[in-house]
Amino acid sequence: MKNITVLITALIFGITSCKTAQQSVEEMEENTAAVVDGKDAITGLFLDENLKFVQAHCTGCHSSKLISMNRFTREGWKEKIVWMQQTQKLWDLGEAEPLVLDYLAKYYAPEERSLRRQPLEVKEWYELN
Amino acid sequence: MKKNLENRRSFLAKTALSAVGMVAGLPVVFGRNLPENISPIGFLKDEEVLPGKHPDLTILNNRPWNVETPAHLLNDDVTPADKFFIRNNGIPPATTDVNSWTLEISGESVKQVKSFTIKELKSKFKTHSYNLTLECGGNGRAGFYPSASGNQWTEGAVACSKWTGVRLKDILQDVGINADAVYIGYYGKDTHLSGDADKVVISRGVPISKALEDETLIAWAMNDEDIPAMNGHPLRLVIGGWPASVSGKWLSKIVVRNIVHDGSKMEGDSYRVPKNPVQPGEKVPLEDFKIIESMPVKSLITYPKTGAILSMDKKLNINGQAWAGDLEVSGMQISIDFGATWQACELRKPVNRLAWQHWSTEVQFPQSGYYEIWAKATDSEGKSQPMVIPGWNPKGYLNNSCHRIAVKVG
Repeated sequence: MKNITVLITALIFGITSCKTAQQSVEEMEENTAAVVDGKDAITGLFLDENLKFVQAHCTGCHSSKLISMNRFTREGWKEKIVWMQQTQKLWDLGEAEPLVLDYLAKYYAPEERSLRRQPLEVKEWYELN
Repeated sequence: MKKNLENRRSFLAKTALSAVGMVAGLPVVFGRNLPENISPIGFLKDEEVLPGKHPDLTILNNRPWNVETPAHLLNDDVTPADKFFIRNNGIPPATTDVNSWTLEISGESVKQVKSFTIKELKSKFKTHSYNLTLECGGNGRAGFYPSASGNQWTEGAVACSKWTGVRLKDILQDVGINADAVYIGYYGKDTHLSGDADKVVISRGVPISKALEDETLIAWAMNDEDIPAMNGHPLRLVIGGWPASVSGKWLSKIVVRNIVHDGSKMEGDSYRVPKNPVQPGEKVPLEDFKIIESMPVKSLITYPKTGAILSMDKKLNINGQAWAGDLEVSGMQISIDFGATWQACELRKPVNRLAWQHWSTEVQFPQSGYYEIWAKATDSEGKSQPMVIPGWNPKGYLNNSCHRIAVKVG
């Protein structure tokens, strides 16, 4: 988690300015014509009716890869938005926020990983004399 | 797993408060079948346990009962009755009259159909006792990913108790079997969860060669006492080294077959693994499965219990049990550095064939911190336990990966 935060910070501080403060949804729709493997050819993000809001509020400022390389719960994505609002000058997403979160939580949710051994869980530590 | 269970129990307990007679919103339709002193899981209080069973056993399922033993409770060389796991497929018989109980021997390949009372078995045939390792084929299922359906056993669906009875081969010799006999199958008096009296719960078996081994017993006693109700009283098959599902409980009939036994849970994907290794998650056609026979080499750390915090200045004694299906365990090692180095342990010979073997060692930790102790047994054919989860299979059988415990050294 800490590493991911550092990564996001690094990437976002590398961006000098957003291309547009807030592009219109209409403009975004014009840019999403090409489709590859069920994903928008430009952003590489999954096609969905809510993708346009993600493009309007997210990928104007940072790479869509910053989304697609990460996996968070809805609450986790909300934390990223709040963090970006507090530190990265992200604006209030208004009515689009739940739609953006719907999208992120749907397509970029945590995945169970195929670990060959899980970390040991100790129910109760005890003193052994 | 335990955590999940606790969450579930806690959830169910809360549910129970607002829905008397319901568990998780469902009526307790089999309530009348519950043995006395047993509550449905939603109503279990901490102090309530299965009669005759240790309170610290982990209940995975209560209809049918599936209860496993935490590794640290398997430290006894001979597993006491209260620490013997429970793997039921149906509902145990409500009444078991020892005096009227009979065992029928029949099937295509017997020369005659014959029945014996338990008293007749005791008087007619020589009594034998063996310590026999019984392990559920699905022991360790919880370790597989993608998850395999079924009871999510972790490590403790295994035990090695002293069983007393008569040899199946002596009975079959008395009855007489034909040269075309290839398999035996069992039938028991447990009843199906659906309540359908005609539905066979489970009827598995073994090839005739395994059935005729000295250690294959028709047993009436565990550790010189009556077999516990949940473990098959008053009579059961005990066939060590193979999936414990071949050791039929509440035994009433043995059939000698001229074909591979085709009883309930012999076919489909039950107690079967793919003939050839498959990719995790792969769909496997039924014709590509084979019946599990001998269980693989495996071991447990039974002392200390995981989670021990100890001081730097002391050596830690570690011990456990090891077994290898039809084979013997020939070597036992532990590692405290995730397998970078291994240390040989003292390993006892089995008290008889198919009994588990006690092992022990002591370890000095080089510096303070968090450690995992990993245990690895090697069988008489040189096969060892894998450190990672072994080959995935659709039903999650045969996970014999190294057991490990966590220790903190201060």
